[in-house]
Amino acid sequence: MREAVLRIVEAGPQCSVQDGGRPGLMRFGVPASGAMDRVAMMLANRALGKAPGAAVLEVSLGGLVLEVEQGALSVAVAGGGFVIRCGGLSAGSWSVLTLREGDRLEVRRGPWGAWCALAVAGDVQGEGWLGSLSTHALSGLGGGALVAGRRLVIRAPRLVPERAIACPVWARPRGEVALVIGPQERFFPGDRLEALLGSRFRLTDAYDRMGVRLRGPAMPPEGALAIPSEPVLRGSVQVAGDGVATVLLADHQTTGGYPKIATLVGSELDAFVQLRPHAAVAFRAVTPEEAIAMVRLRAAALARIMDGDQGRTGGGAAWG
Amino acid sequence: MVPHLVPVAERAVLAEFGEAATEAVHQAVLALDRALRDRPVEGQLEVVPGMVNLLVVFDPLVTDHGAVADALRARMSALSGSRGAGRLHEIAVCYEGAFGRDLQAVAERTGQDAEAVIAAHLAGEYRVYMYGFAPGYAYLSGVPEALHLPRKPAPVRGVPAGSVIIAGAQCLVTTLTMPTGWWVIGRSPDRILTGEGARPFLFDVDDRVRFRRIGEAEFRSREAGA
Repeated sequence: MREAVLRIVEAGPQCSVQDGGRPGLMRFGVPASGAMDRVAMMLANRALGKAPGAAVLEVSLGGLVLEVEQGALSVAVAGGGFVIRCGGLSAGSWSVLTLREGDRLEVRRGPWGAWCALAVAGDVQGEGWLGSLSTHALSGLGGGALVAGRRLVIRAPRLVPERAIACPVWARPRGEVALVIGPQERFFPGDRLEALLGSRFRLTDAYDRMGVRLRGPAMPPEGALAIPSEPVLRGSVQVAGDGVATVLLADHQTTGGYPKIATLVGSELDAFVQLRPHAAVAFRAVTPEEAIAMVRLRAAALARIMDGDQGRTGGGAAWG
Repeated sequence: MVPHLVPVAERAVLAEFGEAATEAVHQAVLALDRALRDRPVEGQLEVVPGMVNLLVVFDPLVTDHGAVADALRARMSALSGSRGAGRLHEIAVCYEGAFGRDLQAVAERTGQDAEAVIAAHLAGEYRVYMYGFAPGYAYLSGVPEALHLPRKPAPVRGVPAGSVIIAGAQCLVTTLTMPTGWWVIGRSPDRILTGEGARPFLFDVDDRVRFRRIGEAEFRSREAGA
C-alpha cells in the first residue's frame, strides 16, 4: 500500500503537526516553531529510522485519538509519560507500535509530561510553509492543527518491529532549570534578581506554544515601561510591567517590548516544557560560558544516542 | 557608533547601540546588519535587526560569545557606511467605509477632516524599520507628524489581515487577523506574506514604501485576483 490514512477522531487544543522548524527567519517576524520537545521528536523519528527533524504529530495534554482508515504502519511515541491504548492493549510513551487498518489509537496524558511526539513510519503529507511542516499557532500556517475529522495521508508507510525506546534521564523535567541572566537585567534592581533565583515559581494554565506564564514573586522592572521593542529568543524570560514573568517558547513573538531578565539555556528547554501547569520550578544562574559547556555536553550525549545502534536492534515487545 | 555587546544564553550576542530609537542608532543597526549579511561571522545562524539593537544568533557547538563579539567589533571598525537605496514598493490602500474604520476618529483627534488624514498618509515616505511580533509584521517608519497618535487605551479584537494601521510614527500592513490597539485607517489588497517561494516576504528591512489610494472596486478586483 502506498498510502496510509489516519483520521483524527479527537484532539485536545494545541495538537499540531511539527518538525525541526524553520530557523533563520526571525528577521521577518517568523519564529522557528518546531516541536516543543525537540529531543522527543528526534528520538521518535530515530526509532523509525527517519531524519531527526521529520514531521511528527505533536500531542498536548489534551490528548489525541486517531483511527487508521487505510493501510498499516508503525508509529513511535516519545516525550513525557503519556498513556497509549490500542484495542485492548496499552503502552506508554517511548514505544514503537504497529497500527493496522481499523485500529483506533488513543494517546492520553499519563503520569508525567506535557507534550509527546508521535512519529510515523512514512511521510506526513501536508502543505509546508517556508520549507517546514511545523504549524505556527498564531497564523495556522504550516502543517496545521490536528482537529477532529482531519485526515492525514502518510506516504510510503512501513512496518518496523515493536520495541521500547530508551528515555534519557535528562529528557525528564527537573525542578531546577539553568538560565543566563540578561540581556536586560539592568532594569531589575538586585532584589528582583534575588527573587528570580531564590524563589519557587509555578507554571500557570496560561501555557501554550507561544509561552508559559509563571506564578511567583512579582519582579517589576524599573524605568522600562517604554523600551524599544527588541529581538527575543526561545527561552527568554520576559517580565511585564506588573512583574509577572513569561518564558517564551517555540511559537514566540520575535520581538518584545518588555525587558528580559534572563534566558533559559537552550538544552534546558526540552525538559522544561514537560513541566505541567502548576508544577514548581526554581531557577539557577549559570554564566554564558557554563551555558555553552552545558549545550555541548548535551549535544554529545544526544549524538551518542542518535549515532548508536539502538534504532536497529529489536527490544522487547512494547505493548504491556 | 560602538555597540554594547551583551551575551544572551548560550547562543546569541545582542549588540545594543542605544536606549532611544533615533535615526542614527537605527542606521548603525542596519549598517552592522548589512556587514553581517555580506560577511557572516563564523557560526552565525541568523541576524535579527531591532529598533536599537541587533541580535546575532550563533551555533554554540562551533563558536562562543567571545569569538562572536570579537568578530562583531572587527566588522564595526570596517563598516562601509554606505546605505543601500532600498527597493521602492508601492502599496495600494483603500480608505473607504469599514476598511478605514478609525479614519474619522483619527481625523477628530488630529483636528482635520478625513480627506486631510488620507492626504497626509499618502504623502508620507516610509522605510521598513524592522519586522517584529508576528510573521510579516513589517514596521514602517515615516508617518507624518500631523497623524501621530498614541495607541488606543485597549486593543480591538478581530482586525482583519491587510489592515493599514498607524500609531505614533509607525505604520503597518497586517498579515493576520489579530487584536490591535493601533488606528485602522484602510485596507490593502497587497500581501506582505506573498506565498511565493522565491520571495516569501515582500519587503527587506530598509526598503522604501509609498502608498497609493485605490477605490473599493479596485480593491475587490485586486483581492479577487490575488
